[in-house]
Amino acid sequence: MTRVVVDVMLKSEILDPQGKAVHSALHRLGFDRVASVRQGKRFEIELDGDATPDAVAGIEQAAGTLLANPVIEDFTIHVEA
Amino acid sequence: MRVGVITFPGSLDDHDAARAVRMAGGESVALWHGDADLRGVDAIVLPGGFSYGDYLRCGAIARFAPVMQPLVELARSGLPVLGICNGFQILCESHLLPGALIRNDHRRFVCRDQRLRIENNETAWTAGYEVGQEIVIPLKNGEGGYVADVRTLDELEGEGRVVARYLDGNPNGSYRDVAGITNARGNVVGLMPHPEHAVDSLTGPTTDGLGFFASVLTSLAGR
Repeated sequence: MTRVVVDVMLKSEILDPQGKAVHSALHRLGFDRVASVRQGKRFEIELDGDATPDAVAGIEQAAGTLLANPVIEDFTIHVEA
Repeated sequence: MRVGVITFPGSLDDHDAARAVRMAGGESVALWHGDADLRGVDAIVLPGGFSYGDYLRCGAIARFAPVMQPLVELARSGLPVLGICNGFQILCESHLLPGALIRNDHRRFVCRDQRLRIENNETAWTAGYEVGQEIVIPLKNGEGGYVADVRTLDELEGEGRVVARYLDGNPNGSYRDVAGITNARGNVVGLMPHPEHAVDSLTGPTTDGLGFFASVLTSLAGR
């Protein structure tokens, strides 16, 4: 089994209200060196077999189709050793 | 005229939408998310609620429900479709409408009677209103902030595709106070507030919402 990880983040120009809430909570807890927070999503996908170029391309397609909404989000993919 | 109302797991407002269709003089047809069959309806309402528990993103999983495949095809060839609240989110996820809906900028759920201005009365769903007409219908959402890039927003405004705008203060951080938009053809409309909850003075703040359902029946009759 191979693990492919898809990280999804809101595009920088899109407001992230959840990240802002987390940021202000951190400040209340005294973590005052935190300048800003943005919250994203991480998908850990177990492949049935090796991470061949074909298999990774399939995950890339899945990420652009369902896991991320390209209108408001960017995603990155990496294969875990 | 037969107007389909789709029920997804987690839909809340399908019964109100069906009732609004009947009060406007149409026949409502219940459609199920798992059926790739639109039963020959003349128009479709995607109702509000929390389809698939809002998992992943609001509307993201509903967009791939079996019923959506024929809907997307027919919407592209002119079938009138109205998406209300979660339905609007599903239409954006389906790319039938541009942009997306994100969490309210103030991070609280909002529920209030909302004043709107109708900006476009050339769509299948707003033909019965006057341009500039002010209406009051309920608004209730946690993720109702309409966002799109500047080019898309300019295009929507330039082509008159903003259907309704919020008045008396922006309730959710929507860019340019957008409450609803349409596609270029005017058959697909997405609206964050709820016209189906304002069709009966006993239960709604007004009956201003009835016009959306009456408009589509008139538009269909005129074809």
